[in-house]
Amino acid sequence: MQWLMQPWPWWLSGILIGLTVPLLYLLAGKAFGISTSLQEIGALCSPHSKLEYLAKFDRKANLWTIVFALGIAIGAFLATEFLSADPKPFLPASMESVSGAIKLLVGGFLIGFGTRYAGGCTSGHSITGISNLNWPSLLATVCFFAGGLAVTWGLGGLLF
Amino acid sequence: MMETTTQTSDPPPREQTKQATSPAAYLMVLLMGVYLGILFSKSEVAHWQRIHDMFLFREAHMYLIIVTAIVVAMVSMLIIKRFQITSIEGRPIRYSPKPYHTGVVIGGMLFGAGWAITGACPGPIYAQIGGGQWMALFTLVGALLGMFGYAALKPKLPH
Repeated sequence: MQWLMQPWPWWLSGILIGLTVPLLYLLAGKAFGISTSLQEIGALCSPHSKLEYLAKFDRKANLWTIVFALGIAIGAFLATEFLSADPKPFLPASMESVSGAIKLLVGGFLIGFGTRYAGGCTSGHSITGISNLNWPSLLATVCFFAGGLAVTWGLGGLLF
Repeated sequence: MMETTTQTSDPPPREQTKQATSPAAYLMVLLMGVYLGILFSKSEVAHWQRIHDMFLFREAHMYLIIVTAIVVAMVSMLIIKRFQITSIEGRPIRYSPKPYHTGVVIGGMLFGAGWAITGACPGPIYAQIGGGQWMALFTLVGALLGMFGYAALKPKLPH
């Protein structure tokens, strides 16, 4: 039981995360992807939006993405409360400041804008897309890392 | 010969996108979310330090997880396609390819930057909040603002 309370090794985590793709298809008939939930929240919050991106979005067909997101939050709660001997903070303590909040807001903006512009995130493009041999998804993943590395190595001195 | 029989019994393509989600499917989606939320926490994929160390090439943890997940998913999809396995509700499983456009490159790099700054991609944002990391609400609000920003600018952006 002791190992259960520690962080899980990469191979176990990788296998179980990879299984999300077939399990979600088999059990619910859905393609694994999470960033659409942002669009769903936006469309639900502004049902009379004049923006085509939200007005023409099928809120009913994508409602499941919010249920999925809710499940992720519940799962993380369970893992933190009951499955972790010594829970590690998700964010560094330095983030709990005004400058940290600004960084998270700006970074969050880039996540929302970027994933919607790219048409997917690490789940929809990197895992589901590549595993289905979709070459634009491979390109998207290379770009994810290009952007992340550019920030970490380029602007890193200012940000971190 | 099998081709023709399966093609006639297949639901028309629009059912793929328009099909209603049954209560049982919603329950499955919720359970799969819980499964993934536990994994995001226990694998530490949702931890800022892990993402930071990945981009600094300090450790292979994240790279190994991503590559393993892709391989497992790829083998699963090959099996599903090879044996034409359907969902438990009997619906055909089909991947709809995500097309290439300029946004895949530009948006992809912007997202990567956001990933490095916040230590979260869209799934882990929900995991961080559920795990009690309240500061991650700023990431979520930022992500929603970014989504609205894209919605507003979409007609002017190259696609």
